[in-house]
Amino acid sequence: MSRSYSYDTWNRDRVQRMLFGIARPVVIGVLLLWVILPFYYMVLLSFMPIESLLRDPGRLWITPDEFTLSTYEKVLRSVQDGGQGFGSFLANSGVVSISSVLLALAIAIPGAYAVARLEFFGRRKVNALFVATYLFPAIVLAIPLFVLFTRLGLRGSLVGLVLVYIAQTVPVAVYMLRNYFETVPVSIEESARLDGLGTFGTLWRITLPLSLPSIMATGLFVFMIAWNEFLFALLFLVDRRESWTVSLGLAQLSGSIEVPTTILMAGSVVITLPVIILFFATERLLTGGLTAGAEKG
Amino acid sequence: MAQSLTTPTTGRGGRRTTLAGRQSRTGLLLMSPTLLIILVVVVFPLLWSILISFQELKLIQIGRANPFAPLTLDNFRLVLRSGALWSSLWTSAVYTFGSVVVTTVIGMVAALAVRKPFPGRTFVRAAFLLPYVAPVVAVTFVWKIMLNPEFGIVNEFGQRWLGWSEPIPFLTQSRGIWDLFGLQIPVPTALLTVILFEGWRYFPFAFLFLMARLEGLSSEPEEAALVDGATPWQSFRYILLPQLAPVLTVLVLLRTIWTFNDFDDIFLLTGGAAGTQVASVRIYELLTVQRNVGAASAQSLVLALVLILLLGIYVTVLRRRGERV
Repeated sequence: MSRSYSYDTWNRDRVQRMLFGIARPVVIGVLLLWVILPFYYMVLLSFMPIESLLRDPGRLWITPDEFTLSTYEKVLRSVQDGGQGFGSFLANSGVVSISSVLLALAIAIPGAYAVARLEFFGRRKVNALFVATYLFPAIVLAIPLFVLFTRLGLRGSLVGLVLVYIAQTVPVAVYMLRNYFETVPVSIEESARLDGLGTFGTLWRITLPLSLPSIMATGLFVFMIAWNEFLFALLFLVDRRESWTVSLGLAQLSGSIEVPTTILMAGSVVITLPVIILFFATERLLTGGLTAGAEKG
Repeated sequence: MAQSLTTPTTGRGGRRTTLAGRQSRTGLLLMSPTLLIILVVVVFPLLWSILISFQELKLIQIGRANPFAPLTLDNFRLVLRSGALWSSLWTSAVYTFGSVVVTTVIGMVAALAVRKPFPGRTFVRAAFLLPYVAPVVAVTFVWKIMLNPEFGIVNEFGQRWLGWSEPIPFLTQSRGIWDLFGLQIPVPTALLTVILFEGWRYFPFAFLFLMARLEGLSSEPEEAALVDGATPWQSFRYILLPQLAPVLTVLVLLRTIWTFNDFDDIFLLTGGAAGTQVASVRIYELLTVQRNVGAASAQSLVLALVLILLLGIYVTVLRRRGERV
């Protein structure tokens, strides 16, 4: 009885191990294919003339003689020159995203330092406020902001958009930076104080340089939110083509049937590349034990 | 760690107040830009939104929108009486439930699959994050083209290799019939497609969370279980899963809140057509198609109330786990 039981579990164990052993590479392969395929298809179509796609839609490869770069040329060129104006969308998104990053960091760094290091009235409540702000639905804020910015004459301008992106990202930025500031040893800051630096001097000369990886991570987070954002761009800028951001531009043009799909695929590649390059370039930078050994000297 | 700076030296009663006072002043000063922007762009608009939901305001009037306009309950009457509110909240609920389950399960499978080292692991892990990082407008566009009934690659493939008799309008069909072994099963095609897309786009989030937790786990309990003869499934079910439970709780709640409010993905894929009109898309339509700002505001407040309920649960759960919120 007991023998057959133990034999039975041994057997089940072996079957499971074999199953999982086979399943692991299969799962990885299937997931990888599933994740990559849409991106591969995006790049593939972006190098194809629209006629090839319509003639034979089921293909996953491209022949050398149909390979073309004219899709990129057409999508980037300005409307006056017969293109789709993605060049100016890229410029708009660049301005909006970079201003959002710089301003959000300028606002969040002092805030995060205060929450991490200083005891002040309402310090604990600040955290709850941030969580609430971060998780609050954008669509609920969209309506009053739409009305407010119309009245202030900010709708249709990129300034209004930057304001919204800052407000949306600052709570998380404070949260991310605070967590990092708390790992910077207080003893380093205290020695700086003893050497005569004030609160601002300590923050600027000691804590900031030590927190560079985390500041870059936070900046990247803000950039990605601002670059990818769609709802507020749609609400604020839809009537003014010259102010469209990349996301809004692609969404608006893909809604009309006049622009060939493959040209818009080139547009998709163009707006996706910057975020992906930035993401993978900074991912390596983010791992670094900068504070190691800082207290020895 | 911050104790030595934040707690003033005891025994010097006179200095204590000045030091604490100075810290408090500096703290508030450093916080003020953050608080100001949240006040101006979040809190104030929110309060105004509450006011608007009790006022009559059409889109063409917003240039002259007046906070002191007379108050009325008409918007709530209109919104609460129309069946569209309840059906949109129901769609949101189904969509949220489906998406959260799909993203969490795929994220878990992916995290477990890449747990042990293998050649190319770094590349695979990076690739898994792509859908989450890429702009939503670009990826929804590619999905739309791939699922297109006329020249989409999915329908081409299905017709050529899987024996589909006709192309499936994945994003425009609200109810399709699956013929499974002679059984005619009705399925909400577009809603399922959108949920599948969510699974694709947001599984990296679950994957990241779970992978980080898995790496932080000690391998000892699992080794002990192995020695005691546990099968891989038992080891997962009784050793690993209980240790992942806290992360899973947070993960599910966060994803629930975000998916419930999601606007971009559905708006860009289906425009809210074919049985996918979730609450946020309905608010957008009230605002831009029906041009009724008051009603849109009222409906958004109903959504916010549902959400505050969810947030309450979230905070309570975290408190119970002893985390600071």
